[in-house]
Amino acid sequence: MSACASSPTSGGGASGSLPSLEALRDRLLEAVPGAQIQIQPNPAVPEQSSLVVDPAHAVAVARYLRDAEDLRLDYCSNVTGVDWLDAFTEETVTRTRVVEGREVTVEETIRHRRPGYLEVVYHLYSMSLRHGPVILRQRTRNRVDDTRVASLTPVWRSAEFQEREVYDLFGVQFEGHPDLRRILMWDEFADHPMRKDYVEPDDYEYEPTPNAEILPKARRHYPLEGTA
Amino acid sequence: MSKPLDFDAAEQLAMATGDVEPEQLDHDAPVSLPPPGPRYEAVPRAASPAIPEPEGELLEVSVGPHHPSTHGVFRMNVVLDGEKIVQLKPVFGYLHRNHEKLGEQTTYLGNMPYTDRLDYFCSLSNNWAYALAVEKLAGLKVPERAEYIRVITAELTRLVNHSSLVGFLLHDMGTMGTPLMYAFREREKILDAFEALTGARMMCNYHRFGGCRVDLPPGWLDQVRTIVDNFPRFIDEMERLLSENEVLIARTHGVGVLPPELAVNAGVTGPSLRASGINYDLRKVDRYGIYDRFQFRVPLGEKGDVYDRYMMRILEMRESVKILQQALRDIPEGPVIDPKVRLRNFTPPVGEAYGRIEAPKGELGFYLISDGSKKPYRYRIRPPSFINLTVLEDMCRGHTLADAVIILGAVDIVLGEVDR
Amino acid sequence: MIETARNFVGSYYDPARFPTIQYPEERQPLPENSRSFPILIYDGEDPEAGLRCVACKICEKECPPQCIYIVVERDEKGRAKRHPAVFDLDISVCMGCQICVEVCPFDSIKMDVAFEKAGTDRFGRMLLHKQDLARPNEYFHQIHPTEAAQSDERVGKTKKAPKPKPKPAADAAAERQPSRLAA
Repeated sequence: MSACASSPTSGGGASGSLPSLEALRDRLLEAVPGAQIQIQPNPAVPEQSSLVVDPAHAVAVARYLRDAEDLRLDYCSNVTGVDWLDAFTEETVTRTRVVEGREVTVEETIRHRRPGYLEVVYHLYSMSLRHGPVILRQRTRNRVDDTRVASLTPVWRSAEFQEREVYDLFGVQFEGHPDLRRILMWDEFADHPMRKDYVEPDDYEYEPTPNAEILPKARRHYPLEGTA
Repeated sequence: MSKPLDFDAAEQLAMATGDVEPEQLDHDAPVSLPPPGPRYEAVPRAASPAIPEPEGELLEVSVGPHHPSTHGVFRMNVVLDGEKIVQLKPVFGYLHRNHEKLGEQTTYLGNMPYTDRLDYFCSLSNNWAYALAVEKLAGLKVPERAEYIRVITAELTRLVNHSSLVGFLLHDMGTMGTPLMYAFREREKILDAFEALTGARMMCNYHRFGGCRVDLPPGWLDQVRTIVDNFPRFIDEMERLLSENEVLIARTHGVGVLPPELAVNAGVTGPSLRASGINYDLRKVDRYGIYDRFQFRVPLGEKGDVYDRYMMRILEMRESVKILQQALRDIPEGPVIDPKVRLRNFTPPVGEAYGRIEAPKGELGFYLISDGSKKPYRYRIRPPSFINLTVLEDMCRGHTLADAVIILGAVDIVLGEVDR
Repeated sequence: MIETARNFVGSYYDPARFPTIQYPEERQPLPENSRSFPILIYDGEDPEAGLRCVACKICEKECPPQCIYIVVERDEKGRAKRHPAVFDLDISVCMGCQICVEVCPFDSIKMDVAFEKAGTDRFGRMLLHKQDLARPNEYFHQIHPTEAAQSDERVGKTKKAPKPKPKPAADAAAERQPSRLAA
């Protein structure tokens, strides 16, 4: 049947000869001493869950994935960045407190802050053994001043332009990249437009139809008489 | 044209004319590549000993962005030693509109017409790749008839792309448009069919999550059957005109050789990869959609030069015609869209998905992260022509500037997709 | 060379190879599904009163390039009427993707086939108001007969008593530009 998500052979999810992600993680931990590797589950497409690797050992892990005889992930298909802003989760806990000599149960809301970070995602396949994907992720420490990850361009040349693009649009610094320059934006451009908090320059162009999103912008630039 | 062929172009022609038995090509056999090693590790540019001692002075030329051979607004910063290229840096981004940011600000449905504008020669393939990624994310199924329509439209798109590419490639070599006009004449017929089906010739916006937008209009299948039945005649014509042409062989044979190990390591996909002899076609590997039902072969090149890449397009068109004939024969009746999929306020579950198809130019992938809202949190396109440009410098080094134009032409780029 | 000669000679004899059409005197027939820019359908004679649009703003929200601008008409007490006071469509922004047609639950907005919309003024000619967009249902039947029949069926099912505010039909008609599609 023409199922797209359920059939294991369709749509790039074929991972027949690959070990499970847990086994793969254990092997990597053994092969690359000191590496920190976590599994990030993917609730929507479980077979596309990913491995989060610390940047210090990313190149070694990548090289192992490429060179191990039964993995041979020689083809890095897709490299991309993701911007995760600071996230706040609220948790309600019930606690017992002593207030004025009496024990009372109060509900407290604790606000957790998960600091934001930039993430680089690599989709790896094997052309020799025709399996995949194995998804690697690297995370930066924060979004502001320490946005370094290791470049995997020395392992897969296909990451060269794509890492340049991630650097250009997200501002991730790839250490070890042979030629880290802007690729889509011009060299003098200062910001990184794919970040979630990027503010567009206020270059208003007159629009004869001020629709919902343009209307406030239009109001800043000229008084709209009669319209809306 | 009457000159006897000396080098192994004759072998290529044997493949082209179908003299190679199908048994000789085992599509499910894994590719035998030497083990990866430090051979293709990227070295820092400064350390690469790419520039040998020049005979005279080095000359820096900026080819483009408004050069007729660059297929759009694309620039190559070339360093020349005499007429030999010693360094080539592609510069692009002139058409950059931050498509991915737009995608994050638009609903899942609203992104569909934008995908048409990526590779504007192959809008229906782009539609399919995006629909496939969303269907993977949301776990949707596609009705049988819609799958057939998707295959038919995608293979017609491949015919459009490859025939025009051959025309453009020859145009770059100085044929002044004759093959291009012949290719466009055939393309015109297919675009007429697209217009009859989708309402638009190029910006089709036809596939939907869980199917296709409308059913086929009456008589459409016959229209396509006529096109498909007449198409081999056009391919024969092109081949008689070009494949043994002395000038074409002289300009392309041994030019821009891409070794298979580098092709794999650099993520080159599509006809360029298969011209280097790597048997990797997603229609066979992933068997997405219903491609496992069709009998077709994956043509492979031997040398990985521009001639092989040209031949790959011709041979793939022949295979596409085979697929189309089977699909047109087998297409069942039935619904074309899953009626349970909501058109408005479509919200896939939280998670991420990477869906890829074999677009005419290579592997076209869409990577989507959903946070459970109406708009994707991250909308990433893996553009094949962008990544195929990675090895442009490696292919051009040592050749003349006039060859670089052909090598670029054979990569098959569309700037709408490269720059996004 | 033989191929080139064959094609050259063939272009005088083979009807499939006649490339030239003497546009605009001669026109290629458009396929039925062809689409260019959206139009608004009205029933009956009066383009203002018969307008099917109820100003629900769904198309405005769903339009990917945001080229639609709608203001709901309100009566003296400020209550919304099921009628647009303003329905503007900027065809210099519109990309003809047909999503507004797909999402419209009232079968009000449809695709036209007239493509000769070029003008010299980006702000005047390219911005179409509801008077310019309104087309009778008969015109819709003329350009997309199959789709119009299906749409009539749907509209007939959900037809409620419309409460249009009758406007002076004379000046609405005067404002409306005549359809440039002679067919």
